[in-house]
Parts: sequence; C-alpha cells; structure tokens
Amino acid sequence: MPETESGHPLLSLQNITKIFGDLVANGNVNLDLHAGEIVALLGENGAGKTTLMNILFGHYVADQGRVMVRHSSGILVDLEPGAPQAALEAGIGMVHQHFTLAENLTGLENIVLGTESLFSRRFSRSKARAKLQELMQSSGLEVDLDLRVSKLAVGERQRVEILKALYRDARILVLDEPTAVLTPQESDSLFKTLKLLAAKGMAIIFISHKMAEVLGASDRVAVLRGGRIVADLPTSQCDRHQLAEVMVGHSVQTAERKPGYPEDETLVFAGVSAGDGREQIENVNLALCKGEIIGLAGVSGNGQSTLAKVISGLEIPTSGSVLLNGKPLKASAAAAIKSGVARIPEDRHHDGIVGAMSVEENLVLEEIRKPAYQRFGLLRFNEIRMRAQEAIKAYDIRCSGPLAVSRLLSGGNIQKIVLARTLDQQPDIVLAAQPSRGLDVGATADVHRRLQEARDRGAGVLLISEDLDELFQLSDRIAVIHRGHICEPVETEKLDKKQVGLMMAGQSIKGEQAA
Amino acid sequence: MIRFEPRTNVSSLFAFALPIIAGITALVLAAIPIAAAGGEVFAAYGHIFKGAFGSKFAFSELLARATPLIFTGLAVSVAFRAKLWNIGAEGQLYVGALAAVAIGTGAISAPAYIMIPLIILAGMIAGGTLMLVPTLLKTKLGADEVVTTLLLNFVVLLFVQMMLEGPMKDPMGMGWPQSEPMTSAATLPKMFARMRIHWGLVIALASALIIYIMMKRSVWGFEIRATGENVSAAKHAGIPVTSTFIKVGLISGALAGLAGVSEVAGLKGYLTADISPGFGYTGVVVAMLAGLSPVGVVVAAVFIAAVFVGADSMSRAMGVSSYIADLVVAMSLICVLISSLFVRFKIRFVRPKKTPLVAKGEA
Repeated sequence: MPETESGHPLLSLQNITKIFGDLVANGNVNLDLHAGEIVALLGENGAGKTTLMNILFGHYVADQGRVMVRHSSGILVDLEPGAPQAALEAGIGMVHQHFTLAENLTGLENIVLGTESLFSRRFSRSKARAKLQELMQSSGLEVDLDLRVSKLAVGERQRVEILKALYRDARILVLDEPTAVLTPQESDSLFKTLKLLAAKGMAIIFISHKMAEVLGASDRVAVLRGGRIVADLPTSQCDRHQLAEVMVGHSVQTAERKPGYPEDETLVFAGVSAGDGREQIENVNLALCKGEIIGLAGVSGNGQSTLAKVISGLEIPTSGSVLLNGKPLKASAAAAIKSGVARIPEDRHHDGIVGAMSVEENLVLEEIRKPAYQRFGLLRFNEIRMRAQEAIKAYDIRCSGPLAVSRLLSGGNIQKIVLARTLDQQPDIVLAAQPSRGLDVGATADVHRRLQEARDRGAGVLLISEDLDELFQLSDRIAVIHRGHICEPVETEKLDKKQVGLMMAGQSIKGEQAA
Repeated sequence: MIRFEPRTNVSSLFAFALPIIAGITALVLAAIPIAAAGGEVFAAYGHIFKGAFGSKFAFSELLARATPLIFTGLAVSVAFRAKLWNIGAEGQLYVGALAAVAIGTGAISAPAYIMIPLIILAGMIAGGTLMLVPTLLKTKLGADEVVTTLLLNFVVLLFVQMMLEGPMKDPMGMGWPQSEPMTSAATLPKMFARMRIHWGLVIALASALIIYIMMKRSVWGFEIRATGENVSAAKHAGIPVTSTFIKVGLISGALAGLAGVSEVAGLKGYLTADISPGFGYTGVVVAMLAGLSPVGVVVAAVFIAAVFVGADSMSRAMGVSSYIADLVVAMSLICVLISSLFVRFKIRFVRPKKTPLVAKGEA
C-alpha cells in the first residue's frame, strides 16, 4: 500500500465553529481522519452532522477553525474555505443523501460531467471508460455506464455517485446517510465496498443515525450532539446502548411492543391496481382490521407511495376496489378525511404542512371548512387559537406559539403538528408513511406512542416503513411490498428481520406465504 | 467575493421597509439618465413632486391615474398569492371595458342606479370569463398560464380594434376607431366639479378592503394562501385546489375587468383601443411593490401614479422626456425583485484567501 500510517492524518478538522443566528450548528469541532479508516459520524437530526460535512466540502464557510488536508509532501495544508472546487482538487468526494445526478444523462456522462474543460472540443470517451472499467473492477461497483440515470435503481445511482468521486481521484470519501434508501442487503454490499476502498488507503466518513450499521461497519465512531463532538472512540469500545445515550444526552425509553386486539376488517383492498412506472401497484389484496397495526416493509420506490395515495384519496385505482367499513372509498382527499382516514404523509415538509403558514393554521388545515372553525365563510380566530393552544400542549409542540412560522420548526415538531391535526379527528384508519424518517430518538418514540394509542383506541393502522426495527417494534402483522406486489401479512412473531430483508429484495415471497 | 447565506428569520419591519427602499433606490438610479439627458436632477424631481402633489388639481389627476392601477394591482396580487401567474390583466381590462360599452351606450336604457351596477357586473363577468380560459387550461391540461394570459392580451386587443373599426364604431365619431359614448346613466359620476377624479376610486378602495378581508379572514383566503404556498400540502389536506384556482382566476379577472369599466365609465366616456397605456402590465409592478398585500396595492398604485403624472408635468416644464416615468417604474420593479433576494438571503462580503493549491492525489 502506498499510504502508510505516517504521523499526519489525511484530513483534519480543527476547532470548527459555525453559528446560524442563535443556533450553534458546530461548536469547536475537532476531527481527524486517517488513511484506511472508516469513521461513522453519529448524531440526531439537527446535531450538526450535515453542517460539518458542508463546511468540509466548501458549501459553507466556518466562522472559526480550519479544514486541513494532507499535501502530497506529507504536511497538512489549509483547504481554501467556501470553495467546493478546492475540496474536489484536494481529493474530497462527497455522496449526498439526495443524489446530484442529471437524470437525462447516462452514468458515464454524469461521472465525467465537470471534469472536462468547457473549451475542449470533445472529451475522450474511451479513455474515461477505460479508467472507469478499472475502477469498477477494483472496487466491485458494477453499473451499466450507458444507461440513463433515470432508468437506474436507487442503489445503482449511489454506485454512480461513488464512482464519480473515485473518478476524480478522491482520497477522502464522505457519504451522507448512504443507507437511507437501500435494502438491508444493498447496505451490506455498500459497506463491503467501503471496507475494500478503505483497505486501499482511502479515508471514509459516513453519516448515520442507525446504530446497527455504525457498529457493524466503522472503525471509529464520532458522536455529535448539539453541534459538539461528545464522543470519539474506536468502534470496538462502543456498545449500542451507551452510544444511544451519548447521542441523545439522556437515557432513552423506546416504545415497547404491545399486542393489539384486532377486531373486524375495516379497510379492504381487493385486486387493486394503480399508478404506473416504478411506483405501480398490481393486484393488491390487503385487509386491515380495527385495533391492529399492519407494518408494510419495502424499499422505497416499490409502490408504497401509490398505495398511500390511493388510501389518501389522491389517486384513483385503475382496477379493483377499496372498501372502508364496507363502503367504497372515494377518490378525494377531502372525502378520505371525512370518512375517517388519518394520513401522515411520507414527505412531511412537502405534503404535510404549508411551511409559510403558522402553526395554528397548519393545525386546522384539514378542518378549516368545519363549522367549528368558520362561520359564513369567515374564520373563527378564537376557536382556531384555542384549538392550537390545546394541541401545542397535548402534543408538546415546541414553538414560540400558535403564530410561529411552521417552516422554522424542527422535523419532529412538524411531525407533531401533522399528528395532532390527523389523530385528534378520532380516525378509523391511520395511514402512517415513514412516520419517523429523519426524526431523532425522542421524537420517534413519541410518534410510536401516538400510533399505538390510536391502535388501542380501535383504529386500524397501516405503517409504511423502511426501518425494520420500527416495523418489528410496532406491528402486529407485517407485509412486504416489492415491485408493486404485496404479500399476505404474517404475524410479527413468526418473522425475523433477515427473512423480511430478503423479501424486500424480492426473494421467496411465495415461500414466506407458505410458512 | 460575495456570498449569499439564507436567512432563517425575517423581521416584519425589514419586509415592510424593503419596498420603500426599493422605490427610493429606483428614483436615485433614474437620476442618472436624467442627468445624462442634461436635466437638473433635483429640479426634475421637484417638478415631478409638484406635478403629482402640488395642487388640488394635480392630486385629483394623480388619484384618477391610480384608480385603474389599484384594480389591476389587486387583480395581480390575488392571483399571485395563489401562484396563478396572471399577466393578462391588460386583456381583462379591455374585455371589461368592452362589456361596459356594449350595454352602456344605449343598448339598455335604465336609470343610473340600475345601469351602474349592471355595467360593473358585466365588466367583472367579462374579465373573469376571460381569465377562466387560461385557468382551466392550467388546471386541466397543465398549460403555462404565463404564456396563455400574456398572449391573450394581444388577441383581446386585436378583437377590440376589430369591434371599434366594425360593429361598435361610433357613426358620429368622424371616422375615428372609437365606440359610441356611454349614456349619462351609465357614467360613474365625478366626485368633484371640474376634476377628473370619479367614483371609480371609491369602488377601487372598497375592492381593496374586500380583498383584504377575504385574504385575511375568510376560508377562501385561507385556502388561496395554502394553495399558493404549498399546493401539494393543500391538496393532501383536502383543500379543493382546482376550484380554488378557478375562484382565484375569476376574482382576478373580474378585478381587472373592473379597471376597464372604471376607465370607460368614469374617465374617458367611450372606448378606444388605447384606453390603457399598459395598466395591466403596470399592475404587476404595483402588486410586486405591494408585496401582494391589498392595502399595499393602494399605496403602490398611488406611488406609481405619482411618478407618471409628475413626470408628465416635469417633461412639459423641463423638456426631459416623460419616458423617465416608465424608467422609474421599471427600475422600481427590478429593485423590488432584487430586494426580495435580500429578504431571503443575507449578503456577506468575504475576502478570498490565497492558499497553496493542493496537488491532486498522492502517489
């Protein structure tokens, strides 16, 4: 190996401080990264992980502190702040959580994009291809380079992103929540690749809040809390429980699984097909009972969002029937709400709240036409205010008051607005799509508790999630969705995570049904 | 080097002060061409001010000019609130005027207390119906309403010209392409003797008040704001987004149609194809300057009208072209658009640091 464990690290973040208004996003952060090392950066949402990586990559300029990289001569030099170009030149490659690929270009074109001079008349495709072939062989990242990115699956897109970094001779690879969109098996293969790359002398940082992968894949764990590094130690010295406490700052109580008492069927899908393309669902049969939680496992993009849209009243099935308490479900959001369907949308910023409106306005968004909040078409401000104050208290929504602008709230508090708005209408059905995605441990526990309460009250809950821990913790029965097909739900006790993981990847669904 | 950093919170005072600063900046910038044209800047602005506010007559002229701008400004602001980009207030103004002329020049004879509501209603229906076309094209087919509303302006103007050259031409008009005059029952009375200011202003102010109440206090306003700020969340929450767009389109078009009625029945007395010197387009500037607030629209309309009326009198007094008014209006729009950047971003100047370049890779 050309790289040796010589004195200097490859990358050194020294006393990084970044302040947004009153918020200390990063306070005096020190982090070294050596060649051949995989470091997991662990922290809750809002702990400052992404800010730190953005400073490293030159998207933000730190208020204080320096980012240093090892020069070819072996000494550390300052990286020009606020210049992504400099970061690239210094060999820092970044794989963002939301991929930065041009969908209408092929993998090859995406990778070479930006590496060629504007003024060169044509780039040498064959040379680029040869280099990439070599990289693919040595790293095991196989992708069809000539397919348009729009045709690639999520895991393949991520491989293109990593190849893009490798193509630019990255020595330091930064991955922001790389497993958020992968199946457990795809995640395993990603970490295998990362280990291979580290063994070749690269330095890798990945951001995560999933304990299992942090413990399984890293050499060292750095924990950020409130913008500060609160722990930096070898992975071998960590245990799950201790890391969780360090990350949150206090001991964590997670919701215990309690069995539900299912009653009659309430929401019944019979041979339902809807949507098109990747998100199509085909011939779905599913019966949700009152008083139970059905967990729907699956990698995102396998039809979950179409299923959610159908239940939400936003999409009309092309065939089959959806019955709610024996009556056909109407295809309109307003009708769905009226007939007692609470919908917790997958993308709460995009579909859940109107960010520019106040907390109180968002709390009555679904019910604004009810006589409780309007008379003769004019808003009843006092009633709206009272409702908001009650919900803020009951759901512990942390905000400056009913008039706070919703956009400025944290993800957890935004989710609490959605929960308060939907669950307080005493729904018969709760559709919870990725309800804890991006939430910290405390907020997640809160969401779980609310869903269990709704179930115990007699509502049927359909929980769509990619997080197997969450599904196993809450569900009475688990079904798996893959390429638009949903298998028969199976009692949670009869399943283990590995089986479900394989089913999520499309294997032996029939075998499971027999089991 | 200049860096843009997103602001996390915007103080309301700052948001309020910005359009004012933008207006002043526009005036300062417009001084450059005035000076370049050989005019005395301070004298020119003095004349503009005097021409707009200097006498009772000037002030009445100013308010007469502000009246159509209040209507079109309101029309644009309501539509923009829902992110329905209505650039067609000009065309809606003309169909509104055409409708008023169609029934107000003798087709129906009734006393004023029937005629005036009738022409107002006709103008609103005409403007609203015209705006309904691009709105439905948007909601049903996804056609871009910026393009459709803009192009309809030209269609409407040609149609108006055709009508004025043909069926609606005044036989007593000495061959000029103009309509017959409005009957006296279908004329909005003047507010003061020998002044051009008319009751259209009162209707405009009342409209601003109604729109203000609608946006702030009604379910409709709530749904319009929600749709404009986040259409997918609104849809998800069961707000009838399509019918909200249609409502907004009708209201917006009706307000612009009112501008036409008010001009033809309050000021001109008959319709010509040049009755509006771009009131519809200037309405966009008014709405943007006002930050889409109905009360702000009144203030912004008065400001813009002052610039126009003042510039006319300045150009008579000093020989500087009155195009300077268009310049100020255009500049203030640009300044407002730029200033909206300041609302969203903090701008920081940083000195680029010279650092040794790091070599690619280590081998």
